[in-house]
Amino acid sequence: MSTGSYIKRPNRALQVYAVLFLVVLYVPVLFIPLFSFNDAVHVRFPLQGFTMRWYSELWSRQALWNSLWNSVRVGLVVAVISTILGVLTARSITRYRLKGKGALVGFIMMPLVIPGIIFGVALLVLLSRMGVPLSLWTVGLGHLIICLPFAVATLLPRFEGFDPSIEEASADLGENGWWTFWRVTFPMALPGIVASLLLSFTISFDEFIMAFFLTGTDPTLPMYIWGQLRFPKEFPSVLAMASLILFVSFVLVFIAQWVGRMGLESQEKEGLQS
Amino acid sequence: MAETSLSKSRSGQAAARASGSRLTRLLNRSETLRGYLLMAPTLLIMGIGIVVPFLILLMISLWTRQGFGFDTTLTLVNYARAWSEPIYGALLARSFWISGVATVATVALCYPMAYYVAFHVHRNKMMWLILMTLPFWTSYLLRVFAWKVILGYEGVINSGLSAAGLIEQPLAFLLYSPTAVIITLAHAWAAFAILPLYVSLEKIDKSLLEAATDLGDGPVARFFRITLPLSMPGIIAASFLIFIPTTGDYITPALLGGPDGTMIGNLIQIQFGAVNNWPMGATLSIVLMLWIAALALVFLLITRKMQERIA
Amino acid sequence: MTSAEAFISIRKVSKYFGAFQAMADVSLEIGQGEFFSLLGASGCGKTTLLRMLAGFESTSSGEIFIDGQPMSEVPPHHRPVNMVFQSYAIFPHLNVADNIAYGLRRQKLPAARRQEMVDEMLELINLTGYGKRKANELSGGQRQRIALARALILRPKVLLLDEPLGALDKQLRERMQLELRALQRQVGITFVFVTHDQEEALTLSDRIAVMSGGRVLQVDTPAQLYEAPRTREVASFIGNMNFFRGTVRCNGSAMAAIETEGLGTIPIPAAQITRPDGASVQVAVRPEKFALSASRPDAGQAVEGQLCTTTYLGERSHFYVSITGKAEPVAVSAPNSHRGMEKMDAQTERALWLSWSSDSIVILDAQ
Repeated sequence: MSTGSYIKRPNRALQVYAVLFLVVLYVPVLFIPLFSFNDAVHVRFPLQGFTMRWYSELWSRQALWNSLWNSVRVGLVVAVISTILGVLTARSITRYRLKGKGALVGFIMMPLVIPGIIFGVALLVLLSRMGVPLSLWTVGLGHLIICLPFAVATLLPRFEGFDPSIEEASADLGENGWWTFWRVTFPMALPGIVASLLLSFTISFDEFIMAFFLTGTDPTLPMYIWGQLRFPKEFPSVLAMASLILFVSFVLVFIAQWVGRMGLESQEKEGLQS
Repeated sequence: MAETSLSKSRSGQAAARASGSRLTRLLNRSETLRGYLLMAPTLLIMGIGIVVPFLILLMISLWTRQGFGFDTTLTLVNYARAWSEPIYGALLARSFWISGVATVATVALCYPMAYYVAFHVHRNKMMWLILMTLPFWTSYLLRVFAWKVILGYEGVINSGLSAAGLIEQPLAFLLYSPTAVIITLAHAWAAFAILPLYVSLEKIDKSLLEAATDLGDGPVARFFRITLPLSMPGIIAASFLIFIPTTGDYITPALLGGPDGTMIGNLIQIQFGAVNNWPMGATLSIVLMLWIAALALVFLLITRKMQERIA
Repeated sequence: MTSAEAFISIRKVSKYFGAFQAMADVSLEIGQGEFFSLLGASGCGKTTLLRMLAGFESTSSGEIFIDGQPMSEVPPHHRPVNMVFQSYAIFPHLNVADNIAYGLRRQKLPAARRQEMVDEMLELINLTGYGKRKANELSGGQRQRIALARALILRPKVLLLDEPLGALDKQLRERMQLELRALQRQVGITFVFVTHDQEEALTLSDRIAVMSGGRVLQVDTPAQLYEAPRTREVASFIGNMNFFRGTVRCNGSAMAAIETEGLGTIPIPAAQITRPDGASVQVAVRPEKFALSASRPDAGQAVEGQLCTTTYLGERSHFYVSITGKAEPVAVSAPNSHRGMEKMDAQTERALWLSWSSDSIVILDAQ
């Protein structure tokens, strides 16, 4: 790397900063698992010894398992629906000459820049005026609204880098629209689809702001945790729960990013080679 | 050899005649129609999810609470209250202050990091990007909770410092203050700053910097004359992506803001909770959005003026 | 070629993209087994015409017939044509063999037969043994051949090629040109070839259609296009050309003449002139049709001039000679057939004689 060009020569100060930055970014989050193994009710230094009891104690909490199952169900449904819609949207944006494309994309991306509370509140009002009772379905609807922009944002680059003549080639070689989709479009978009599914699931699973307003009698997992936060004695158990959730989220998102970006890199490589 | 192609064309014509319903022919001819059809479900959902609720929110803000229901006579009395009663204005101002400081801090602290990955990382950029954004994808609630644990009166920092003998009394200002909220917000939203900053820095053509060097600029001049202006779009995007959502945050203030750190989001939330004054909650939400839009416009105008002067 | 014999018949086809007219009333007849090129600059409509043959664009008006069948209701996946795309459009998620065999799925052949056909194709394109390789790991030239094989394996009646050699470097391109020509002769399929490179078109084609602004300017064999262009646009698109203003002088006798700026009065048999006495024309002469000599040649027409500049190109040199009566210098091209000619550029301002023969000139309408 020292043979690199002048502009890209290494900068010690920046390197140190970068490492420090990552440390500061991760350490607060890493305290959670750290203290989840701590043999004490209060979360403070010095550490009191290693224990697994906060984890083993989680096992018997029925309410915890119920809310976990609720979150999983909502997450799966939201992930599938938002990915399907995301594919349709990304495809229509990139493949067809539509007027007002920019405005449409901006409209779909709006949930990213509007405070979550406003969405939660607005949907709550809408649902109550329509007489729809709050339930996991209403939570799912709220999650769908915020997951769609992420699904579209994940799938759009994949579809944009897609050489349109590949689908034309498939048609030219005899396949109609349906077969072309299954033999060519879908396999090529698969990494993006997987990434979108994982991302949407994770977002829905972790989402709290809107769930707070839209939950009925069945709480999602974050709602359950919020309830536990009233009781300081429960803190270590919450830490244990949080550690598990963090771990699973990390893994899912890591896979999603890896798969998503891998696909993009190989797409770029094709572009360079031809 | 020739039979295959011949039979293909004959069967093709038969197939074309068979599927000659007017709808399919219309769809085949009109590309734009097909495009819009594909987007229709998404637009429908977003319409239901965004436009309709907001319209209803607007409508409710013009009503007033009456017992357990609503008095549906249209009135602006909620807006008048929001304007005249000092608590609302004060809370709005404090919310914008807190979000603003957090935004500036986040963008300023994340810029060198984004710069580093864009200009000084040559292998495994993907790995760095994933590492930088990974924490963001986990539960917001949990990350705020993590800071509560860290900043607490007997929390990590205090107990660590006193165990190390560095302080005698726990630092009180750490928790239940605007400072706590700002620190937490900055940390929690860092990823939203890094990505846009990184993207716009990455896009800068390296040969522009080489040209500037060739024409006599040293590293500092290069940064202020080329890099900074060209990364402006990223800075603007990052600022919006952090400022706007954080103004409405209620989790962070609720967990570690204390009375001094309450934000407008908390007020809105309790209108829909304990206070049960939905019209007021709706009014406050709309007022919040209007203020955000106004501030955003001002910000855009300022940056545009700045960019014109630089160019 | 009459409509009855033509294999591909394009009749009065126009195409509009919104308000923009991409093709205006184009009619062409292409014969079976021909190597037919569409030649023109970017934006002339040649790719649009190709895509209309393939079925990816519809015609705004007019009809296209392939082997006697009208194509207007036939979607692209049912047409008896196959296309080699400019970007090759190789499926990145499939290996070489699966790419080539892609279109065979609908024929539901037994696996052994399919494999046999794929191996045949691999041999034809000189990529035997590459079957299992990932298609997008190969070089540009190799992917181009895979795209070719993928189309040819389906035995189309017509192969459409959209600037397939544009992305290749010069040497590879020239080699692929020869291979394509040989392949076409071997397989006997009608090729419709789109290119903006006139040398390529001249090398490969049986006939060329020169296009500009959505219209066909001239359809002819390469030699005819080069030696007998019918308009100034065609003349200057293909190769270099000198243009001289001229006036027709004919008085009813067997020999007429054209008064030309700079070249004097050129005698032409009256039968070759279709315009009346006094009409303005352009006289066009290719640079290589001029001969240069130090002194006036004994016989034939000649005119004296002065050497302005020389450009040395290795196998030949371009000389720019200014003559009285003409503002721009005349471009002359001559092979460097013996050593010493490259030293001509040191002799600018030197007096030279320009000579030509009557049958080397082309008479075009005045602009």
